[in-house]
Amino acid sequence: MIETLFSVFILTLLVVTAVAIVQTRSLFVAAMLAGIFSLMIATVFFLLDAADVALTEAAVGAGISTVLFLAALALTTDEERVKTQRRSLALVVVAAATAVLIYATFDKPEFGAADAPAQQHVASWYIAQTAADIQIPNIVTAVLGAYRAYDTLGEVMVVLTAAIGVAFVLSARRVQLPAEEEPKLDGTGLRHFLIPRVVGRLVIPFILVFGLYVQFHGEYGPGGAFQAGAIIAAAFILFALLEGEERAIAALPLRALLFMGAGGAVLFGATGVVGMVLGGNFLEYANFFADRATSHQIGILVIEAGVGLTVTGALLAIFHAFAARGRRE
Amino acid sequence: MQLIVDGVSWVLLTAGGAFVLIGGIGVVRMPSFYTRMHAMSLTDTMGAVLVLFGIMLQAGFTLAALKLVAILLFLLFTGPTAANALASSALLSGLRPGTDGKIAATDKPA
Amino acid sequence: MYYAVSLAILATMALALARAVRGPTLYDRVLAVNMLGTKTVLLLAVSAFLLGRPDFLDLALAYALINFIGVLAVLEFFRNRQRKLSAKQPGEQQ
Repeated sequence: MIETLFSVFILTLLVVTAVAIVQTRSLFVAAMLAGIFSLMIATVFFLLDAADVALTEAAVGAGISTVLFLAALALTTDEERVKTQRRSLALVVVAAATAVLIYATFDKPEFGAADAPAQQHVASWYIAQTAADIQIPNIVTAVLGAYRAYDTLGEVMVVLTAAIGVAFVLSARRVQLPAEEEPKLDGTGLRHFLIPRVVGRLVIPFILVFGLYVQFHGEYGPGGAFQAGAIIAAAFILFALLEGEERAIAALPLRALLFMGAGGAVLFGATGVVGMVLGGNFLEYANFFADRATSHQIGILVIEAGVGLTVTGALLAIFHAFAARGRRE
Repeated sequence: MQLIVDGVSWVLLTAGGAFVLIGGIGVVRMPSFYTRMHAMSLTDTMGAVLVLFGIMLQAGFTLAALKLVAILLFLLFTGPTAANALASSALLSGLRPGTDGKIAATDKPA
Repeated sequence: MYYAVSLAILATMALALARAVRGPTLYDRVLAVNMLGTKTVLLLAVSAFLLGRPDFLDLALAYALINFIGVLAVLEFFRNRQRKLSAKQPGEQQ
C-alpha cells in the first residue's frame, strides 16, 4: 500500500520531468533532466521490487547515458533547431495511439495478482528449478546466466556491435592533441579544481572495488555483470574527466579496450563450446564438474566475467571515441 | 534498551527529515544561485548524516549497517566536493553573487 | 517511524524538481540534479528498511557513486564548452 503511494508520487514527478524535457529548447538542460528521469524511474523500479533492473537503470541510464549525451553535445550545437511547420498529422496519430494503449491497459490483470499469466507458466518453473539445479538466491541471475544464457550472449553481441559502430562512425584511433594544451595547469585553474581532483582520485579505487563486488555478488543479491561493467566504466570515466583524456588513454589504451570488448564475448562463447565438447548442448554447464549445482555456479561466474569485460570495454571505447574526437578541434 | 534505541533513532530520523525538508524549501525560495547553493549543500550532508545514523541504530550489527557506514562515508566525502566543484565552476564562468550588500534578486553575469 | 522521513524526502524531491524546471541559470539545474541524486540515495536507504529488504542497500551506494560522477561530468563539459565558445556570454539565462 505504502509503496503504491510512493510510486504514484514519483510517477507524477516523472510526468513533470518528461514535460519539462520536451518543452525546453536547450539540449544541455534536456540531457540533465533525462538524468533525473532515469534516477526516478530507477526508484520506481526499486519500489516495485525489481532490484536488478533498478541497479542497471541507475548505472547505465543516470550515469553513463548522461555522460555520453553531454560528450556528444560538446561536439555539436546545444540549441534545438526550431521547427517551422505544424505537425498536426503527427499529433493526431500519437494521440490515437496513446488512447488505444490506455484502453488496452484496462484489460490487464491486477498488478501482482497470483493468477496473472506472467506468473503462471514459466516463472513458477524457474522458481522451483533454481532451488534444485543451481541453488543460488538470486533467481534473476539464474535465469540470465543459466536458463537463458543464449539470450545474454545475444545482448553481449549487441553491446559489442554498438561499440564497434560508434568507433567506426567517430573513427578515433589515435588521440591527437592540438598545439595548445588544455589549460589545466594555469594558476587559477589548478587552485579552483584541486579539491575535486584530490577527492576523485581518493574515491576511484573504492568505486572499482564496489564494481567488482557487484560483479561477483550477482548470484546472491542484486547485481550482475551489466551493472558492474557500467560502474567500473564510470570509475574510468571519472579518471578521464579529472586527469584529462591523454592520461586516461595512457592508463587503459584503446587497444586494450577493444581486446576487453571482444575478449569478453569470446570468453562467453568459449564457455558454450566447452559445454558442447563435454557432451552437452551449447552453453550447457551441467557437465563441467561432478556436482550439478557447482557446475552451474561456475558456469555463471565465467560468463558473467565475460559480460563484464565486454560491457566495460564497450562503454569506455564509446566514451573515448567521443572525448578524443573533441580534442582534435 | 530497545526502547532507548528506538527513541534515539526516532529523534535522529525526525531531525534528519527536518533538515532535508528545510533544504528543499531553501532551494526553492532563496533568491539567488549562491544562496541556494548554501542551502543545498549544508542541509544535504547534515540530513544524510542524521538519517543514516538513525537507520544504522535500527539495523544493529549486521552487514546492512556496514553498507550504511559505506554510504555515509561516501556521501560525506563526495557531497561537499560536488558542491565545491559546482560553486567554483559557476564562479569561474562569471556568475557573480549579489554584491550590493542586499540579497540580489538574481545573479548578474560578469 | 520511517514514514515521516520518507514523506519529507519525497516532498524535497518535488521541490528540487521545481528548481530544476524553473531555475534561470544552468547551474541552478545542476544543483537540483545533485540534490535529487542524494535525496534518491536517502529515499532508497529508508525504503530498504521500510519494505524490509536490507539487502537492497547496494543500490543506494551505486546511486551515490553515479550521482557524484554525473555532476562532475556535467561540470567538466561546461568547462570545455566555456573554453570553446568564449564569445558567448557566460552564465547566460537558459
